[in-house]
Amino acid sequence: MTLLTLEFFLVIAGLYVAAMAVQVAVDRTHPKRLGSSVFWALLALVFVAGKHLPPVVVGYAVLAMAVLAGVRQVAAPRREERPAEERAAEAEQLGNRLLWPVVAIPVLVVLGGIVLERVRLGDVRLVEPRHATQVALGLACLVGLGLGLRVTQARPGVALGEGGRLLEAIGWALVLPQMLASLGGIFARAGVGEVVAGIAGSSLPTHLPLVAVVAYCAGMALFTMVMGNAFAAFPVMTLGVGLPFIVNQHGGNPAIMGALGMLSGYCGTLLTPMAANFNLVPAILLELEDRNAVIKAQAPMAAAIWVFNVALMYACVYRF
Amino acid sequence: MIKLVGILVVAVGFACRLNTLLVVLAAGIATGLVAGMSFNEIMALFGQFFVDNRFMTLPVVLMLPVVGLLERHGMKERVAKLIQSSRAATSGRVLLLYHALRGGTSTVGLNIGNHASMVRPIVAPMAEGAALAKHGPLAPAEVASIRAHAAASENLGNFFADDIIVAVGPVLLIKGLYDSVGVAASVWSIALWGAPTAVFVLGVGWWRYRVLDRRLAAASGKTR
Repeated sequence: MTLLTLEFFLVIAGLYVAAMAVQVAVDRTHPKRLGSSVFWALLALVFVAGKHLPPVVVGYAVLAMAVLAGVRQVAAPRREERPAEERAAEAEQLGNRLLWPVVAIPVLVVLGGIVLERVRLGDVRLVEPRHATQVALGLACLVGLGLGLRVTQARPGVALGEGGRLLEAIGWALVLPQMLASLGGIFARAGVGEVVAGIAGSSLPTHLPLVAVVAYCAGMALFTMVMGNAFAAFPVMTLGVGLPFIVNQHGGNPAIMGALGMLSGYCGTLLTPMAANFNLVPAILLELEDRNAVIKAQAPMAAAIWVFNVALMYACVYRF
Repeated sequence: MIKLVGILVVAVGFACRLNTLLVVLAAGIATGLVAGMSFNEIMALFGQFFVDNRFMTLPVVLMLPVVGLLERHGMKERVAKLIQSSRAATSGRVLLLYHALRGGTSTVGLNIGNHASMVRPIVAPMAEGAALAKHGPLAPAEVASIRAHAAASENLGNFFADDIIVAVGPVLLIKGLYDSVGVAASVWSIALWGAPTAVFVLGVGWWRYRVLDRRLAAASGKTR
């Protein structure tokens, strides 16, 4: 038995989103009151009850959310931010105490990640080891919220309102990472990867050791850009290009190939809007007008790192 | 070949700037249909994967109430003020420090933050505060550039130093795949061959953050 499950925190998050949906529904000044409140209510439903609903019902809920977003019925509210002077004055007053919660959260996540999974009494475990970090993050956020409310002497409703304002500013992009992960799953189920690997393997002169290395690393980066996820690209490119050509045909070292192949995939992650949680959601969180600003900042770095990976792999994979 | 129709849908949809959620859903439906699934099967798959991946959205949802509350009470202003008292601080150095910290802790499988918990409340305001102290008021384009690089420092630190000392994620994935097809490779050697790139990435960060600092200095020189 597990005491603190990940599901518990997903339900809490869902209840919070549900409260937000109600807040939107009663906000007469909201520019897209109906569409936005339905969108957040559906998301709340998926978070709270997703595990118990038939997948096809969740699928249609997701379809409805995408359509609402597509016809521009999901929008941010017209609530005002607090004036900068008032904030600066309060910052003077509260000083470094304001930072305690955000400093406490990473410390608690790290400690929790180490400690929580070791706590067990016979058959009763505190957390599932593979969810330890996420549960630690959930706990840390709740503790951080408590600390924050203490430091600022604010009512819990204020935290709900401000968090809701930020969530609504992110809007439908909040669920884009989940949506892309689902697309990745469907690509994998349909066998898209095998087709890509087949094309790469048959169209290139992979009998040359250098070409095999470049094809594998380029394939990892490109296919990661398509899937938005290097972990999804890795098995496909490694079984389709890496192992047959670099290891079997040319006698390359699989450890070197795997490590540097995965890192080449990460270069693709830096370049793709499909990796929404790393590139798009941060751009919105940081209130950047250009949704691709993070990708543009990362592009020169990704190019340099990819070239380094290819050079290192070619220099070492056939030698060690 | 026809199975690649989903990739085409994504490319066309992105190029036409259609709503990304709809484009992604359409790509999934198109791919599923050409692979011979029924519409309801595709919806069920979407539903299943969507539920399985709820954890991806969890950190942002749980973190924003804390961040919103503290920001309302002046946290960003406080962070900016703190960094302004340090004379050595520049935007680039703040970002390099965070990149190194994030990378250093992720070599042992620890995760000290993400975009919602560290970059928005701490790292970006610090980098902006440092630039403000050095160069005076910043143009919107400069603020945007600092913020974009702050997000990049999180990603670089997070991705490239994974697992070098304590294997948790990707190294085990590589090992698992190799085991399943009978290829011999030790966890240690896979992890250690990631180390040269981790060091190189820190160097790349140092280079780009220095370019950022120089651009900020040049922009402030022009306006004065």
